[in-house]
Amino acid sequence: MIRMAREIPLIMMKEIGYTYPNGTRALKNINLNIFTGELIGIMGRNGAGKTSLIRTLNGLIRPTSGNIYIKNENINSKSIATLSKIVGIIFQNPFHQLFANSVEEEINFSLRSLNLSKEEIQKRTDQTLLEFDLEKYRKRSPLNLSGGESKKLAAASIICRDPQILIFDEPTLGQDAKEIEFFINLINNERKKRKTIILITHNIEFAYEYIPRTILMTEGQIIADGSTKEVLNNEFLIGQTSLILPQICQFYLALQELGLQEINKISSKNDMTDYLRNLIKNKSSKI
Amino acid sequence: MDLVRFESFYYRYKGNEEYALNNINLKIEGNDSKFILLAGETGSGKTSLIRCMNGLIPQFYAGFYRGKVEIQGKNTIETSIADLSTEVGIVFQNPENQLITMNVEHEIAFGLENLGVSPKEILSRIKQTASLTEIEDILDKAPFELSGGEQQRVAIASILVLEPKILILDEPTALLDPYMANKIINLLQEIRREKNITILISEHRLDLILPFTEQIILMKKGIIVEHDSCEKVINGDNFQRLRLNKPVIFSIFNQLKKENLYNKNIPISISEAIKTLKF
Repeated sequence: MIRMAREIPLIMMKEIGYTYPNGTRALKNINLNIFTGELIGIMGRNGAGKTSLIRTLNGLIRPTSGNIYIKNENINSKSIATLSKIVGIIFQNPFHQLFANSVEEEINFSLRSLNLSKEEIQKRTDQTLLEFDLEKYRKRSPLNLSGGESKKLAAASIICRDPQILIFDEPTLGQDAKEIEFFINLINNERKKRKTIILITHNIEFAYEYIPRTILMTEGQIIADGSTKEVLNNEFLIGQTSLILPQICQFYLALQELGLQEINKISSKNDMTDYLRNLIKNKSSKI
Repeated sequence: MDLVRFESFYYRYKGNEEYALNNINLKIEGNDSKFILLAGETGSGKTSLIRCMNGLIPQFYAGFYRGKVEIQGKNTIETSIADLSTEVGIVFQNPENQLITMNVEHEIAFGLENLGVSPKEILSRIKQTASLTEIEDILDKAPFELSGGEQQRVAIASILVLEPKILILDEPTALLDPYMANKIINLLQEIRREKNITILISEHRLDLILPFTEQIILMKKGIIVEHDSCEKVINGDNFQRLRLNKPVIFSIFNQLKKENLYNKNIPISISEAIKTLKF
């Protein structure tokens, strides 16, 4: 994606700090710019400050120092209600955000605070249920959905409000391959609409394959910010944040030890498959 | 005697028309310890199967059942959950839900106190379990003060101290970062070596768990579609068809196999992959 040199970031965090009332410093001197249309991952150990960081974006946490600007406006004085129209957060545990009596009501409620006509609310509800393949559960209680379906509903109830910034906390947790595929399609669709998407994830393989930019956090600080392939391939950074190298990186390090050449260009599953395919064909025998 | 035995077992939750478990026949032998992976897409019945093993289904979860489940020869319908808990230890996904006391040491002692074990024996077992699970330093802390990884270790310790014959874990690493998840998996290896017990684990992170797995139980829509050695299941059609989070290394070699460029068993770890490539 081409970015104009003078483009102003959609989100600007300037020297953000946050100290909990008990004295724990959850965020320390965070400086971060995020541009419109970006897909960005936040990774780090449990307790590194990832969730605190995203909570500052819709006002759930007010920084104890520094300023946050969204669309060039300081959000310090903006209410959670105002901010939640721009920033939608989908939490890790869907049951922390679902409370209505039926799936339909959940979406309906979410739309009600947007000053829409009754007809428009119903229209958008129907459309959302269809898009998220939840139509068949319209009258069912959210409590009687499976883990995967409830995660879908939680996402639907936020995305139907059409916020410009979407934040997902551990979206792939407990999901099987089919559900992860649904999620990938979902974020691809939202990106086509120029939405800015932030994902907190522990899923290294997922991040490596699908997220272009990653920031690494440890002890309330950002210690790296760059292309996911480079960040997750850096053994020093991985060690600092107690993550593990993606399998592809582990594999080519092992291949390098075997003395195999020209594997430095491998950066995805497909690259690795191509490399091995050529290797086998050149040896003209099966391995 | 079999450790676990399901005979034509059916179960559906109250209010649901579909069977969560559909004609389950399963045998886990008790003569030597094993590391078994329970795998399947979400909603395939893994958690329901686990709930049957300590009698939670049908004693606690209302529903309709048919057939028989026996643990160490004890029928799970007639035996109390308390009695079954000395045979089967279950650690659920969210440790917060099973930690109930105000300090870790009490947490671990709780089960033993209820079983009427002598205080001297309780102390000795706590000491041994705490050392194995590396929680000696946090015995006086409150469970809510602990990190996710510590909570998970305490939950495992509180079950392990009851000395079950089989330890069952339902997605134990789901909420943990990769480092902590690895640590828990290594702990399970350690427990197996020390205690010589069978471990059954339901887990979505197959890349972490497959290198240690000896048997796989594969579930789909409430049915056990395959139960065999890890190697056989991984290289079979059922595993191929299910939408599981297969390790990257599996996908690569599976693709080469499809193209007829590779004809050995599909490797499930980097070291196995490297071995197959030494030519």
